[in-house]
Amino acid sequence: MEQFAVSEPEKDSRSLSTVDPRKLTIDRYHALRLGLLALRMGPLLILLILIGVVAATTPVFHTTQNLGNVLSQTSVISILALGQLLVIVSRGIDLSMGSTIALSSVVGALLYQDGYSAGIVIVAILATGVAVGFVNGAVYVWGRVPHPFIVTLATLSAVRGIALWASDGTLIFGMPGAVQKVGSDRIGWFPISYLVVIGLAMLVLVLTTKLVWGRWLYAVGGNPDAARRAGIPVSRVLITVYVLSGLAAGFGGLLVAGLTNAGSPNYGELAELDAIAAVIIGGAAFAGGRGHVGNALVGALTIGVIRNALNLHNVEAFYQLIVIGVVIVVAVEADVVRGYLENRFRVVQAARQS
Amino acid sequence: MSAVAISSTVATLSVRGATKRFGAVTALDGVDLDLYEGEVLALLGDNGAGKTTLIKCCSGALRLDSGTISMDGDEVVIHSPRDARALGIETVYQDLALFDNLSPIDNFYAGRELAGPAWAPRSLRVLRRRRMKAATAEVLERLQVVLPELDGSVGLMSGGQRQAVAVSRAAAFASKVVVLDEPTAALGVRESRKVLELIRRLRDAGTSIIVVSHAMDHVMEVADRAVVLRRGRKVGELIPSAETHHEIVSLIVGGAE
Repeated sequence: MEQFAVSEPEKDSRSLSTVDPRKLTIDRYHALRLGLLALRMGPLLILLILIGVVAATTPVFHTTQNLGNVLSQTSVISILALGQLLVIVSRGIDLSMGSTIALSSVVGALLYQDGYSAGIVIVAILATGVAVGFVNGAVYVWGRVPHPFIVTLATLSAVRGIALWASDGTLIFGMPGAVQKVGSDRIGWFPISYLVVIGLAMLVLVLTTKLVWGRWLYAVGGNPDAARRAGIPVSRVLITVYVLSGLAAGFGGLLVAGLTNAGSPNYGELAELDAIAAVIIGGAAFAGGRGHVGNALVGALTIGVIRNALNLHNVEAFYQLIVIGVVIVVAVEADVVRGYLENRFRVVQAARQS
Repeated sequence: MSAVAISSTVATLSVRGATKRFGAVTALDGVDLDLYEGEVLALLGDNGAGKTTLIKCCSGALRLDSGTISMDGDEVVIHSPRDARALGIETVYQDLALFDNLSPIDNFYAGRELAGPAWAPRSLRVLRRRRMKAATAEVLERLQVVLPELDGSVGLMSGGQRQAVAVSRAAAFASKVVVLDEPTAALGVRESRKVLELIRRLRDAGTSIIVVSHAMDHVMEVADRAVVLRRGRKVGELIPSAETHHEIVSLIVGGAE
């Protein structure tokens, strides 16, 4: 028994000399780095492959006319995804976006009916979004509600109710020319609505990567307690997040109203879920703290391309829903794998230090 | 003559008659504490002895019911973490308060970002990233802390590296005092060693350090002086060494009385 115990370390040291364990950890380190990079680029790669496959199988897809259609059909969900991204990075969720689209379009239509100018109508549509967002943020933060899910679930219901009440439950025709232009016109084949997406995406990009507010946002999403202790105005950051998300929904309402030349209390049903799906498919972390503008845009485009491709292939609508469901699960699983790889990475990192 | 020499060295941080009650429980009962420039003071005691309460009062997380805190001989008021920070006291709690999703640079400057222009509201100022990166790199180099990358997220770093980020962040902004709560509790042997070396380098650079720890070996190794608390009272103050090891342990558990 004792002899066996003595001989054991000897065997170990011999095997150590044949395979250098240090080299092994370094190789594993690079493999893990590569895996994490692949996961980070995953959503974009999937989108590119998807576009390649669809372009190869359907001749119509890469006509500029159809690309314009894809972008135009994706613009509302892209804008909503930009707002939802900020909310999700802050560890929250905004379920009221669809209802906000409805109310803002109704407010715009009613004002236009009363003869107000295009400028006033546009400002009112956006201001409606800001107002709903402020209510979400204020009730969440100052009302000390445990999770924004509850608050925005309440506004999801109440805001649509207000839209139905204000419009008597009917569609109201008529939008100013400028609003129609933004919602449905194209420059060549490029839809103006997607220019709005690009403009807003640039703003969110600057906000999240260049300004102090962006750092605060990621700090609040990463560790709210530590953010508070570091003197970051957490409440103010969170309220701003919901105001911006509401503003994004207001822009969504503007585009939908322009596209249809009307306001309706039935617009935007389940749009918030599309936006959440886009952000998750794009690769942002649902748990908060991680995600960027690219995630929102790529996710929204992925959903848009899938819908467009299945349409071009004359696949029935219910398949679209199933496919998008599957993609969401894949995206969330990728996040789980990422978490696992990051854990392994930490261990290898500690071993490398020695 | 010697009395004159002693009185001329004013304590960097001096606590007198610190008392704190939580309902019927007296967590601190008239504790005195002096911390001098460039020394490592170990704060020892069993669970519930009042160590954490005392350091929380020094770092602004709690308020003393009675008693005073002075720095360099002047009485100060510490009512919030911001007050403490403004006085040059930085605290590293056991949870490290790191942002795992951010880089070491962003962790260093969270809540005190370098940004401009000055006329803009603080939240809308443009980050001065290069300056923050250079300053962070400079501090890490001075403390001889090696990190895999300054731009990578802290969440991908090992426990020791994370501790090093938290301690260097405190060191970078503390002009007077760094308080460390159980700095080696979550670390392996090798990583603990690195943190202890870091504490020593900090002290050699002139920072005063309070270390709360259960690990007696580490305390013996790094502390210049040890204060022992038991049930909210100071029960002893001695210089840690192989000879006093026994005495310290019995003071902590209360066997000496």
